[in-house]
Amino acid sequence: MDIGLGHYLIVGAALFVLGVFGIFVNRKNVIIILMSVELMLLAVNINFVAFSTHLNDMVGQVFAMFVLTVAAAEAAIGLAILVIYFRNRGTIAVEDINQMKG
Amino acid sequence: MTNMVPNLMPVMPEIILAVGAMLLLMVGVFRPTKAFSEVSTLSLLLLVITGGVLYFYVGGETQITFGGMFISDSFAVYTKVLILIGSFLSIVMAGPYLKDHMIDRFEFPVLIILATLGMFAMVSANSLMSLYVGLELQSLSLYVLAAFNRDRNRSTESGLKYFVLGALSSGMLLYGISLIYGFTGSVDFDVLALTLEKAGSGHLGLTLGLVFILAGLAFKVSAVPFHMWAPDVYEGAPTPVTSFFATAPKIAALALFVRVMMGPFADMIGEWQQVVIFLSVASMLVGAFVALMQTNIKRLMAYSSIGHVGYALMAIVIGTSAGVEALMVYLVFYLTMTIGTFGAILSMRHSDGMVEDINDLAGLSTNNLPLAISIAIFMFSLAGIPLLAGFFGKYYVFLAVVEAGFVPLAVIGVVTSVVGAFYYLRIIKIMFFDDAAVSFEKMESRSLNWVIGVTALINSPASVFLIAPVAAMAAWAALSFAG
Repeated sequence: MDIGLGHYLIVGAALFVLGVFGIFVNRKNVIIILMSVELMLLAVNINFVAFSTHLNDMVGQVFAMFVLTVAAAEAAIGLAILVIYFRNRGTIAVEDINQMKG
Repeated sequence: MTNMVPNLMPVMPEIILAVGAMLLLMVGVFRPTKAFSEVSTLSLLLLVITGGVLYFYVGGETQITFGGMFISDSFAVYTKVLILIGSFLSIVMAGPYLKDHMIDRFEFPVLIILATLGMFAMVSANSLMSLYVGLELQSLSLYVLAAFNRDRNRSTESGLKYFVLGALSSGMLLYGISLIYGFTGSVDFDVLALTLEKAGSGHLGLTLGLVFILAGLAFKVSAVPFHMWAPDVYEGAPTPVTSFFATAPKIAALALFVRVMMGPFADMIGEWQQVVIFLSVASMLVGAFVALMQTNIKRLMAYSSIGHVGYALMAIVIGTSAGVEALMVYLVFYLTMTIGTFGAILSMRHSDGMVEDINDLAGLSTNNLPLAISIAIFMFSLAGIPLLAGFFGKYYVFLAVVEAGFVPLAVIGVVTSVVGAFYYLRIIKIMFFDDAAVSFEKMESRSLNWVIGVTALINSPASVFLIAPVAAMAAWAALSFAG
């Protein structure tokens, strides 16, 4: 069986949906949310690279490089905010993030 | 590929901001003493220089550089000036608060400069790639700013919430971009516009991509139903940061909205128009009705800004340069009203901290009449009472919407304005007619008083004289979309 563009797109879409669900369904731990965010961005990268080879166009791969860079910066900032949050509250459980409501 | 060095002239303001931000970081790091005041002053100077270069050196003619990824036109210059004003006043107003809360670190002005740089890249984006990079530079700086008071629970929590939801929205935007890239083969706005014009509408992949991009952008402008982060972040973040959030990034995100919807996707208006109508109506309704129940003034301002985004989106719905013109007028007055209101919030404190509960405003008129009058002007203006600045902003938007034939939309806008007037007037009633509950200590700050005074003057009935020049400049900015 040939592996074509469609297969890559399905893998990308599946990973992306997993990432979104990881953010909304997970009730335990903020670290898992950070991992889900990374999963979403990497799913998009699969899309970009698959389209890039399919279209025979380099722009998609350049874009994937930018996404990787931004994902690294985002992870660094996310973890930094998580660390100061943990220092204040002593917990990173998702259900405890409820100081403000309404 | 004859010329390997791109034309750097149109990007001069961005280059100055980027280099300046790095230099300011150096100044901050190598100063033996606390560098907040110096870096603040230098960053204000940097913003002024950038504005000067933008106005005198770049000008308003359309220039494209970096292989078509960057565009500088009258629309970009106009919104960039608004963004600069927002950032400038945010830094000016932040000083007293930050010192008071012992968080006067020099990173604050630097982060605002970096966020401003990101916004500049956003409004000048001419390709989905530069759009994404600019948007992320802005968002990442804003996440850090929200958590700037790192020893306080609420600030870190708002930073965390903003980060998670902001990253989610970036992911959705990016997924949409990847689909658009895949189905058209380009990320360049001009090429996209040509391709989509030929392809016509109705392709499922394109529509899906467009919807994802719309969702991501709606998140950034905090339009309903993607607004849930805004009240928490506005309430938790330090007040100077909130005032920044409510002005510059909002203007930049709305400008980006215009850029994307009326540039590459102009020919898919049938697809996005109904979505934007829904976003607009939902934002106006939520902004008006949910704000009725708020007791925290920062939270109230969050819902107020959600409502104002609804009116701004109404102008985008039309999809013509007339709509852009109305939006540009609206944004000027929105900027002055919001900056003024936050200046007033920043200058009120009592013995145990800043005044944030609306009921604590009781009796302000006996304690500090000028401030109470200023707040009253801002509230009347936000409500859209005739002859004040906010009224003219709404008037231009409603007029453009009615002329384009969207009468029901304008009717909903007027009705929600009336509902919104209730909670703005409630604040005025508490200030002037309720007995004083707590005693106020005035934050002594000349710069803050200046900002409040000038914005109050702009919002007062004197705004009648401002209408003609602002409308003329808005028409100039909208020329970018006239073709």
